[in-house]
Amino acid sequence: MDGEVNASMLTARIRKERRDQLERSFLLDVSIEVPPGITILFGASGAGKSTLLDCIAGLARPDDGQITVGGDVLFDSAPGIHLPASKRRVAYVFQTLALFPHLSAEENIAYGLSALPEQEIRERVTAILKLFRVEKLRIQKPGQISGGEKQRIALARSLVTEPRVLLLDEPLTGLDAELKSAIVDDLRAWNAAKRIPILYVTHSRDEVDALGERVITLDNGRVVSSGVPIDVLNAPRRKKLAQAAGFENLLSATVLDLRETDGVMRVRLQESTCEIEVPLGYATAGTVVQVAVRAGDILLATERPHGLSARNVLEGRIISVELRGTIVIARVDCGTTFVVHITPGAVRALELTAGRRVWLVLKTYSCHLVD
Amino acid sequence: MESLWLSMKLAASVAAILLAVGMPVAYWLAYSNWRWKFLLESVVALPLVLPPTVLGFYALLAMGPRGPLGRLWIALFGHGLAFTFGGLVLASVLYSFPFAVQPLVASFEGVDRRLLDASAVLGAGRARTFLRVILPLSLPGVVTAAVLSFAHTLGEFGVVLMVGGNLAGVTRTVSIDIYDHVQSLDYGAANRMALVLLVISFAVLSVVYALNRRVGTPWTAK
Repeated sequence: MDGEVNASMLTARIRKERRDQLERSFLLDVSIEVPPGITILFGASGAGKSTLLDCIAGLARPDDGQITVGGDVLFDSAPGIHLPASKRRVAYVFQTLALFPHLSAEENIAYGLSALPEQEIRERVTAILKLFRVEKLRIQKPGQISGGEKQRIALARSLVTEPRVLLLDEPLTGLDAELKSAIVDDLRAWNAAKRIPILYVTHSRDEVDALGERVITLDNGRVVSSGVPIDVLNAPRRKKLAQAAGFENLLSATVLDLRETDGVMRVRLQESTCEIEVPLGYATAGTVVQVAVRAGDILLATERPHGLSARNVLEGRIISVELRGTIVIARVDCGTTFVVHITPGAVRALELTAGRRVWLVLKTYSCHLVD
Repeated sequence: MESLWLSMKLAASVAAILLAVGMPVAYWLAYSNWRWKFLLESVVALPLVLPPTVLGFYALLAMGPRGPLGRLWIALFGHGLAFTFGGLVLASVLYSFPFAVQPLVASFEGVDRRLLDASAVLGAGRARTFLRVILPLSLPGVVTAAVLSFAHTLGEFGVVLMVGGNLAGVTRTVSIDIYDHVQSLDYGAANRMALVLLVISFAVLSVVYALNRRVGTPWTAK
């Protein structure tokens, strides 16, 4: 299939049709290859990520296709092979974690080890409790354990079975940044030691940047791109993905004229008189395009700036300034509203408050065209 | 008090049998995707709407010396099933079936599906998942099923009368005994029996509801 032959590669070719409560059909139709290491599965909700993971784990049966790990067939529609979930050795950490509420942390972790001799179960459980720094929770039930620790125990429960593939469905949502990075470190360390294919579903850019060696993006049941995170996520092709990838500004604009020799075109933002320069796209004068700009890519000045390489300078007025965590979110009205991320220090130094007149600076290549 | 003892023995046997038989049936009803499942659900619920005399009548026909069950029983044990304690147990099991199965189905269905998925991906087969996850999490439902079938059997009258008749020490349960006393205008004796039955029923239900609350807490409370 592929030039790269890998002993423990996960391959999945899956077609599965599903109907929701309103009888609308949804088709998952993907073909992916996941080498050892962490691959991020990225996409808006409803893109088919969970269905894909369920098929790989054996919890859902594809209509058609083939799933293999290291050459072993887990599913193949042609000869009708469908290995039950319990025989696949595919570990799966659910979004809800699904810890057994009536069992202690220790019993939860030992659950997948029942085939081993008792002595070995004890040793492995003790070792992994230590690795994830949750020894003190040994006899606690999930109801008595805090969020971050529950996530650690769910990870430990999956990893202790020494799976051949690991599926993680947004396992770190709802955790604060510090706790998240601690668990991310644990996961990276474990990944470095074991090197199995890991599919990691997330919406979070931080997690993509911290963990991802590769990214596969799904949209409406199809793979729309795959590769290293920087390429895939920094130039999103589709509007839904742009939103998911953290492009806070999504603007409709009318193309005014194309300057092929410069590789740019001028557009007018809709419902305003603002004209900006964006990279050349497949468009003709008069058509409407979507422009995505990350809030952190916009510069903000309190005087009209001069002598910049940036081509787009827009005058406007601050509508609101709001501190959220360690970033400040400013809304600026330039005829259309822009969201701009700035640091609290910059807010103090420039004395930014609502009503203040400001100029926004946008580099041409920070403006991305999306479908 | 012979009739009271008989009623207790009957109710305990019926509850025990119903738990054993009801669990696989409830498991199937809770997890099967079969499209005609509703037919079996209806059959299970039938005793809820049928007059006990209808059920008792068909049970009597089946158990009689010319009925299929009666003939089988005679071939196996050398005596008939109608008007015996065994026949009474069998008819009561049928009559109390929904009281055991429905709480079990409800509690099995109440177990989070992702916990079953988690059990499967951790290598557990169906039997292990049932014993280690579904059953412990359904404990309140199991207790309810046992008690409801016990209490329902304790209070039944129509089916017993149809199938068991009124043989002292064999099929004369406490509810029939009370009826007899009332028929012979012995209200004092009827009152004593009725009061005992009332107190026992209340005590059993209280114990169960108290117990259910206690076993419920560790994981139902968040």
